[in-house]
Amino acid sequence: MIVAERKPLDEIIGFIKDCKKILIAGCNECVTVCCAGGKKEVAVLASALKMAFFKEGKDLEITEVTLERQCDREYLEEIRDIIDQYDAVVSMACGVGVQFMAEKYLSIPIYPALNTLFMGVTEERGVWAERCQGCGQCILGQTAGICPISRCAKRLFNGPCGGSTKGKCEINKDLACAWQLIIDRLKALGRLDDYDILVPIKDWSTERSGGPRRIVREDLQQ
Amino acid sequence: MPCTGKVDVIHLMEAFQKGADGVYVVGCLEGECHYLTGNLRAKKRVEYTKKLLDEIGVGGERLEMYNIAASDGPRFAEVAREMDEKIRAMGPSPIKAMLQKINATNNMAVEGK
Repeated sequence: MIVAERKPLDEIIGFIKDCKKILIAGCNECVTVCCAGGKKEVAVLASALKMAFFKEGKDLEITEVTLERQCDREYLEEIRDIIDQYDAVVSMACGVGVQFMAEKYLSIPIYPALNTLFMGVTEERGVWAERCQGCGQCILGQTAGICPISRCAKRLFNGPCGGSTKGKCEINKDLACAWQLIIDRLKALGRLDDYDILVPIKDWSTERSGGPRRIVREDLQQ
Repeated sequence: MPCTGKVDVIHLMEAFQKGADGVYVVGCLEGECHYLTGNLRAKKRVEYTKKLLDEIGVGGERLEMYNIAASDGPRFAEVAREMDEKIRAMGPSPIKAMLQKINATNNMAVEGK
């Protein structure tokens, strides 16, 4: 899932400081799972903003809504009939949802309440960690399901660097060395011979550095 | 509620939003929660809410959590007095202060009529 966390409140307040009426829009998918932008978080943000404004003698009317997703037009359509009455929308979706809402509703400012960080997993309750950077050429089949692009600080493709010490990365003693994890996993799978297979030079054009990406499936287009 | 584990951030926020000058959460002694970890969850939620209250300028020190055995009435009374004294010394919360100001203004307007 996409993992994000709430922006500092003073930054959000800065966006809406001149507003009288706002809509806070949450998202029921990834940001609910990482406890950043779901229905609960929308309620808490609404309460915090109301108090922040009220104590300064300013009124702020807030409507709370949580959409199923903000990355599909059908769900964004649900607020079409009500959105025009607001000075702004504070979207608690990831950056994808904020942008898609802004593309759809051109006359209302859409502000992000979150900083979107990475594609990752829930390692345990309250801990989310990066696992994928969307490079566009998945090599997980060769690296026993552990990604050296997202989990190796140097994005090395053919084994650890000299800084790998006791299974930890040299940049942070709490960070596992991705290549140690890969080797351990290959051993457990009885596939350590795969470690000797050289991964060729990567074609980075499918990664973000090749420009904004798009997939077109003609078989699915209307 | 059956356990402080049911206390959520929004409950604490709404209490302050409605004008509470101070809020305290009283849970069972740590290690003695009937639901095992309810009071530990409450502790973390209280800590999170304290930081939120600091961020918005209401003041996280107006919110506290205490752990008291269910049968320890004297300690409960002691904590109630302690919290009462602390909050009285701090004065009304910024939200309560604004509510009082609005009420006073409304009253003057009514009397003026």
